[in-house]
Amino acid sequence: MPSHDVMPNMELYQPVQVEDALAIADRLADRGWLVGGGQDTYGWLKDRAKSVDAMIDLSAIEELRGVRDIDDGIEIGALTTLTEVANNDIIKSRYSLLSSAAGRVASPQIRNIGTLGGNVSQDVRCWYYRRGLSCYRAGGNLCYADTPQGMNREHALFETSRCVAASPSDTAPALVALDASMVIRSLDSERIVAAEDYFVGPANDIESTTVLRPGEILTAVRIPSTWANATFYFEKVADRNVWDFPLVNIAAAFKVSGGNIEDSRIVCGSVQCTPRRVTNVENAIRGRAKNAETAESVASMATEGARELAHNGFKIPLMQNLVKKAISA
Amino acid sequence: MNPQLTRRRFIKGVIFSGAAVTTGTGIYVAAAAQSGQSGAERLITLNINGRNRPVDVLPSETLAHTLRYKLDLTGTKIGCNRGECGACTVLIDGVANYACSVLTHNVKGKAVMSIEGVKAADGTLHAVQQAFIAENAPQCGFCTPGQVMSAVALLNRNPRPSKQEAREAMSGNLCRCGAYEHYLNGVLRASGQLA
Repeated sequence: MPSHDVMPNMELYQPVQVEDALAIADRLADRGWLVGGGQDTYGWLKDRAKSVDAMIDLSAIEELRGVRDIDDGIEIGALTTLTEVANNDIIKSRYSLLSSAAGRVASPQIRNIGTLGGNVSQDVRCWYYRRGLSCYRAGGNLCYADTPQGMNREHALFETSRCVAASPSDTAPALVALDASMVIRSLDSERIVAAEDYFVGPANDIESTTVLRPGEILTAVRIPSTWANATFYFEKVADRNVWDFPLVNIAAAFKVSGGNIEDSRIVCGSVQCTPRRVTNVENAIRGRAKNAETAESVASMATEGARELAHNGFKIPLMQNLVKKAISA
Repeated sequence: MNPQLTRRRFIKGVIFSGAAVTTGTGIYVAAAAQSGQSGAERLITLNINGRNRPVDVLPSETLAHTLRYKLDLTGTKIGCNRGECGACTVLIDGVANYACSVLTHNVKGKAVMSIEGVKAADGTLHAVQQAFIAENAPQCGFCTPGQVMSAVALLNRNPRPSKQEAREAMSGNLCRCGAYEHYLNGVLRASGQLA
């Protein structure tokens, strides 16, 4: 397959008002491609693995940028760059889980232009799929990764259904842990979707990783005050500290009182197509001491139901150890 | 909001018409405009290294492509062309970005600095460039323009970075010769922290 250095020619729309962007997105539907920072987009188009008639560049829409206080928590514009999310004082002081996660995405230059909305909405990184092969996710009828010869070291442990690709996002687990909600607008309506429900696995929709439909735009992320200033833990394990997507990451929030865990939300990324909450662990540790002993006793629960592929079995102890570290930290 | 990006401007100008112009080689030359309005919009003026440069830019063209093949600023290298190596790093309004992963149409109204714009007007090398020479930082040199740009961006916002801060700021630039420590020492030297 040839490599291409330039993108094919196409139309480019650069609206400066969200209403105009919605009108264009509605008119073009699946012939248009929303571009935030473009860091997921340009590879697809350069490789000719996907093609569209037009790009709708959202980056000039100022109202989709920035961090605002709202009645209960904060709202982050979807076009806010990952660098801004990582360095924003409000987020760092109350929701440092998210700033830690945003600061671990890719490389400094990518964080300077990559957006929060794009990071959570990006497509999976299975290289068979991204190479343009006609796999299930691309509308075909087989999975190249889940075969005896398939290279699937980075792929999913849970909730696979034909496709075994894993979620690549670092901020998505943090947003689920913080009980965030996503503001999705279309030309004539707005809907608010819990972060947990924003992500979609292959059993429900094999061609999309989010609930976003053509014509819709993710305009903002809202984080309630519920988990503000909780005890947070974020860790990303990747082959390299820069650029690489996580092998497994973990975002956890604990409410601790007198050394005991009152409540928690523990979410792992890159173990299935969506961020995975380990609710059985959350339930098991409720009311118990936040220490190494508790962590040890529940670690194996974290991976109950895992189905390992030929090369990703290492993710099971990795995920268990990350859950242990989060609880005992 | 950028005063140039008014609603009127949106209605008038944002719809590029590129569908009729691409051929394999046509990419490298200014393709004929399909109509007056869209053609005019493709002819944009970019602020590169302090100069206004008029240039005909296709809708899906990257900044690295425009710099190298339209403006003859070949100091910006294209390594991977996928935002995975850092050789094409330039500053956009002072912020380090991969020129291969930014649309040229996204930098209208912004100040772009490429490696050609780093030295002083009289030709004196930037402190970062001098320090990189002093530390023997470049080996093959292919990554060097990008390394310089990342270092300049860092020192502009943090004139005396710690070694760890420098390491993080330079982490988006690969060097296949493995001269990372030399580049790091160069950043510290440029910030006056190495004698």
